[in-house]
Amino acid sequence: MAQVLSQAPTSVDTEAGWRTIWRQLRRSPMGLAGLCMLAVVLFMAIFAPWVAPYDPYAPVRARIDTIYAPPSAEHPLGTDDGGKDVLSAFIFGARVSLIVGFVASAITVLIGGLVGIVAGYYGGRVGGALMGVTNIFLVIPDLPLYVVLVSLLGPSIWNIILAIILLSWTGTARLVYAQVLSIRERQFVTRARAIGASSGYIIRKHILPLVLPIILAQNALVISIAILSESGLAFLGLGDPSLISWGTMLNFAFGRGAVSVGAWWALLPPGLGIVWVVLGWTLLGYVIEDIVNPRARTHHLM
Amino acid sequence: MSRSDYIIRRIGMAALTVVFAVVMNFFLFRVLPGDPAKAGIRDPRLTAAAQQSIRERFGLDKPLLINLEGNPFDSQFFRYFGNLLQGDLGISYNFNRPVADLLRERLINTVLLVGVGEVLAIIIGVALGLLAAWRRGTAIDVGVLLFGLFTWALPTFFLAIILLIIGSTFLGLPVAGIRTAGGASDPWSQIVDVGRHMMMPTLTLTIILLGEFMLIMRSSLLEVLSEDYILTAKAKGLSDWVILRDHAMRNAMLPMIALIALTLGFTVSGSILIESVFSWPGLGSAVFEAVGRRDFPMLQGAFMLFTVSVILANTAADLLYAALDPRVSV
Repeated sequence: MAQVLSQAPTSVDTEAGWRTIWRQLRRSPMGLAGLCMLAVVLFMAIFAPWVAPYDPYAPVRARIDTIYAPPSAEHPLGTDDGGKDVLSAFIFGARVSLIVGFVASAITVLIGGLVGIVAGYYGGRVGGALMGVTNIFLVIPDLPLYVVLVSLLGPSIWNIILAIILLSWTGTARLVYAQVLSIRERQFVTRARAIGASSGYIIRKHILPLVLPIILAQNALVISIAILSESGLAFLGLGDPSLISWGTMLNFAFGRGAVSVGAWWALLPPGLGIVWVVLGWTLLGYVIEDIVNPRARTHHLM
Repeated sequence: MSRSDYIIRRIGMAALTVVFAVVMNFFLFRVLPGDPAKAGIRDPRLTAAAQQSIRERFGLDKPLLINLEGNPFDSQFFRYFGNLLQGDLGISYNFNRPVADLLRERLINTVLLVGVGEVLAIIIGVALGLLAAWRRGTAIDVGVLLFGLFTWALPTFFLAIILLIIGSTFLGLPVAGIRTAGGASDPWSQIVDVGRHMMMPTLTLTIILLGEFMLIMRSSLLEVLSEDYILTAKAKGLSDWVILRDHAMRNAMLPMIALIALTLGFTVSGSILIESVFSWPGLGSAVFEAVGRRDFPMLQGAFMLFTVSVILANTAADLLYAALDPRVSV
């Protein structure tokens, strides 16, 4: 039985599918731009201690002339409100964004994918109940809930990640649900069921391979949402106080007079850093989604 | 399912969601650590009588969920629920005034900012999305797409800071608060004054929402333009403009309505960040101040208000959608 089913074309299709996605991604200028942008950030985050000129976590004795010092040979991006090197803080700040993005999205996509697959495959009452819960979570405004949760639980990076996961799985769940609903009725699934394949087997062998590319595209989107959420929370003063993130850098700079003294070097790098990394993930997600889910290929007015 | 069944179901769902939000709001603040009122009752420096008085003041002497000894509804949860029904959201720790009054004073400012920003974003977003979808693959389309992706990646508060700097240094606009202290008192100059204060915060919100609306409109219209009835209309010899206006736009606008409502939660988040940057005295900056001062009743009240308004707006949009699209209700 398993022998027969393993000859089903889906697994081979997926293998080819991954290669097709990769090939089309590399050929798309937007996809390529996204990949390159992320490679730079990844390099910076991993090798931060070697790339950064100073250790931003080391205590610095601030003097009046070292606070908000403009860019110089010694400090290429100047210093911040505490007299610390902005470039070094910027380089280390990439780590927080990426960790929040990766951890939050991995768990989010896992939960969302599971809910979507179970709800879509089993349908009926189970599906209805699961999607009902999803729809309830979907309308809760995200940032207010994050603010409430992180204020109550305390501003640590893990509580921030927890709060983000709590609301962001709904998008993935709905997307996967819709996809599974249509796959469930396709012929190879009904055939597999007819010859007695178990639900677990069908989900593993037939459904999962087909929804994985969509989950992958969604994953890039969730990463960008998670990074934006963390930066917003940190800007509101709810960032992890023991870590340097781009959001906390902006919170300190904006709250401690960088605007009035014209210290653009303390404001622009962290802000542009967020734009850069989020744009990278967005481009990647957009292109992958376009490859795996091509919509509206015809256009009758052209 | 008939149309009235759909409406009833949709309203039932909204009511269920509101109840869920209320229950969640109660448990978040009562069960999770962090509330100073709860910490206060265990503070060893306070006398037993003082601790008891705090307990009674905040109703913490009652059982959490159901009172098993006396009246079952004489519990913290039902007191909270009952107070909520009467519009009582507790007393702000920071201002020592009812939260409901404080929020009401600030609501109008947020509605003003969000309303104008939202309307501008919808008008410009629909127009640009239409242009991009109609001229798919041209420079306009690519420009709209890239602008949409870029604004999506732009953190709201960062754009707000940039526009604050531009507004104050280059345009000479006031960028903090809503009125100039000691300004002229005649109504016309007051309107002008508020308008000038509003420009940069509104522009921030418009740009942030615009990208999303453009992309939604674009993909929605692209989907419609691939339908056969567009080809039929084209074959009848109708001009592009007539096809767009009478055939494509009407159907493409439908998903827009639902999606605009779904982005309302996003608008709420945006207003928190924008109001914090521009010290705009609305609900968003109330949240920001409440976080800084650990004013939990204020935070709880604002969260409740935000959640309920997003739920109501979503329900209204769904009902409107059902009224406009005869295909819904099956």
